[in-house]
Amino acid sequence: MAEPTVRFRDLSKHFGATRALDNVELDIEQGSVHGLVGQNGAGKSTLGKILTGIYERDSGDFVVFGHPVRRWSPRVALEHGIAMIQQELSLVPELTVAQNVFLGIEEQRLGLLAGRDVARFEELNARAGFRLEPRQRLGDLRFADRQKVEILRALARNAQLIVMDEPTSALTVDEVDHLHQIIARLAADGRTVVYISHFLDQVLRACDRVTTMRDGQIVRTAPASDESEQSLVTAMLGRPMEITFPDRAEPRASQAEMLLRVDHLRARPTVLDVSFEVHAGEIVGLAGLVGSGRSETLRAVFGADPADGGVVEFEATRYDRRSPLRSLQLGIGMIPEDRRGQGLVSTMSVRGNMSLPSIQSFAPWGLVNREKEKQAVARLLRDLSVVPQRVDEDISTLSGGNQQKVMFGKWLGIGPKLLLLDEPTRGIDVGAKRQIYAMIADLAAKGLGVLLVSSELEEVMGLSDQIYLIHAGRTIGKLNPRETTLDQILFRLFGLPSDAQVA
Amino acid sequence: MSAPSDTSGDAQEAVIARKTSRGGRAATVLDFATRNGVLVLFVVVFAWLSFASSAFLKPQNIINILNQNAPLAIVATAGTFVIISGGFDLSTGAIFAIANCVAAWVAVTIDPLLGLVAAPIVGAGLGIVNGLIITRFRIHSFLATLATSLMYQSFALFITGGFLITVSETTGFTVLGRGQVGPIYIAIFVLAAFAAVMVVLLNRTTFGRYVVAVGGNEEAALLSGVRVNRIKVGAFALSGLAAGLAGTIEVSRIASAVPTAGSEITLQAIAAIILGGTSIYGGAGAIWRSLVGVYLLALIGNGFNILNANPFFIDLTTGIIIVAAVALSASRRTR
Repeated sequence: MAEPTVRFRDLSKHFGATRALDNVELDIEQGSVHGLVGQNGAGKSTLGKILTGIYERDSGDFVVFGHPVRRWSPRVALEHGIAMIQQELSLVPELTVAQNVFLGIEEQRLGLLAGRDVARFEELNARAGFRLEPRQRLGDLRFADRQKVEILRALARNAQLIVMDEPTSALTVDEVDHLHQIIARLAADGRTVVYISHFLDQVLRACDRVTTMRDGQIVRTAPASDESEQSLVTAMLGRPMEITFPDRAEPRASQAEMLLRVDHLRARPTVLDVSFEVHAGEIVGLAGLVGSGRSETLRAVFGADPADGGVVEFEATRYDRRSPLRSLQLGIGMIPEDRRGQGLVSTMSVRGNMSLPSIQSFAPWGLVNREKEKQAVARLLRDLSVVPQRVDEDISTLSGGNQQKVMFGKWLGIGPKLLLLDEPTRGIDVGAKRQIYAMIADLAAKGLGVLLVSSELEEVMGLSDQIYLIHAGRTIGKLNPRETTLDQILFRLFGLPSDAQVA
Repeated sequence: MSAPSDTSGDAQEAVIARKTSRGGRAATVLDFATRNGVLVLFVVVFAWLSFASSAFLKPQNIINILNQNAPLAIVATAGTFVIISGGFDLSTGAIFAIANCVAAWVAVTIDPLLGLVAAPIVGAGLGIVNGLIITRFRIHSFLATLATSLMYQSFALFITGGFLITVSETTGFTVLGRGQVGPIYIAIFVLAAFAAVMVVLLNRTTFGRYVVAVGGNEEAALLSGVRVNRIKVGAFALSGLAAGLAGTIEVSRIASAVPTAGSEITLQAIAAIILGGTSIYGGAGAIWRSLVGVYLLALIGNGFNILNANPFFIDLTTGIIIVAAVALSASRRTR
């Protein structure tokens, strides 16, 4: 293989202040299965999305099949034979299997569908070794079969390179084995597969070569036979971040009042058996990989999603019929992970957003006292040092960090006892992160309980008094961050024995 | 739709990276014009009609325009709540018709004044039914109200048995539609009072705030403890109340009820609201703009009338103006 299928040189990509990819250099060889591993946010998916044209690179060169890439989009990528199978599949449930496979490339005769789809389909089906029924409605298929449809779809477009992002996260063990056979067959056929996954054992089994990433950079690329799960985890471990975390007094958790107790919480399909406790003045972190059920746990506790099992106690009283409104009345606030989609009302001002949960307190008989409201919002803006300090500013003109401060202000306005924070520093710059860390520590010092979910393990480590590990919807352990290391947490989250020695 | 295509991720980043840029005086003027397109158009048409016809500015003409369009304006002010909350109410015309018939039927069988009071209440009740259907069965409001409008329409027919119900004009039944205080019709006072209440409701109450939040981002509103369903039902109840009140004014004016009354008012009200710049995507809008929208449409009709222009072109002109106004505000969004 003289010329690699894909060659990245000096590739960089930023999201706002976050450096997603930093001078990445990588060759992917034709006919190989190439694994990409790394922690959450290491840049694996970003790399896959740049390759398939979903994201645009900021700078750097890349060459596919010997052609330097200039204008690049999912469509152009597909014309060059590059397809992606994403975590969230992009199929049309109402169409049949065959219709989905040929969507957009239907054979036409005089503008009418040629009706040869089933015959074409059987050809592909046989080539891939699948046994899919072409006339079945896609929506009736199981997840694993839908994934096969995605693969057929890539084959129907004669894809020479297929990027698979977490292809096994919803599969059973048997289905994973079957997928690996399919991947091996694709490679034997001369096609190239880029395999992005959190499951290191699967990566090692399926791939020829594995690239480990960390903080947007490539740590190394090596033959899979030279790597082990331990060596991969060691390689993907980060250096200590340049951010310092606020110093915190030793937790008084054991004496402090128990605020929240969650016992065997179940909210299918993602939360299966989660238990933890939060005391007043304590910051409790939930650490887990993407898809482990961390966010869903928060939502189920807050009452945003229904739970189907388990007990939640707040201040030693059972809290059963949960809803956001009842949580608010009890003094529980939640900052959701998707600031724009779930947190802010973009058509409202800073004031309208900030006072939304607490507006009743300025509104005797439902009539809003706008002067009082403005004063309260102005006070919060000052306390949180939001820029600009204008209560009637358009919320969408604020930076991500300041929008996030408004999200905090929203809940501080109700005088909360417990805050549930989901990715509180996602997509904001380092300076704002530091301010938000200080704010969280400060709130805890004032006696609030904080439940923290973050993809950045360093953040969970640096802030929390207690960490609960969540793996595949279950709590698998409780750790004191002062007595543990990032390595140990990561080992356990990847399902390796925690006492494994780092080489 | 085809291929593994775009995700929300990059769109999100693009929005975060969005910067506000303002440039020069021309931009400021343009900004004002796009922000207040309906007002600018209104002033232009008003000034033009004042020049073009000596009859236009006569007080009686102005009072007549206000009076004739009071029912539509009432429907549009309350309908603004529904659109801000992210919904559509296609049943206002049918509720208008039911109110028409209920008012007349009660007037004939029980008491004329009771008819005037009962019909708007029935309207509000039907609005609540709309809201409950939408929230309980999770049906899009467009479909739900399309269906209920058929149902309500047939109730109206049922009440009248397909005939006119004529109310005696001496009973005081016509006070709402024909009554005057000095030169001003009572219907205009009713409109002013109703619109004032709507303005206060939208801008000064928690309900108004929640309507905006629900329309702007339903999930965020829900996670902030807003009882989203209740707010939606409330918006449709207001719209039903307004349609009922409008139908009552109309029947009080002509003293006989027709089961097919109000068939045009649904789309006229929505057109006026959209013309006023209230976003059909929800989350933003203003009552006064909808009022200006109603009377802009009214001026066009009146202008054709007093200038003796070919009425063939009324709807054409109206359509063009709606497209122009909405395009103007769309250009603002995409900039």
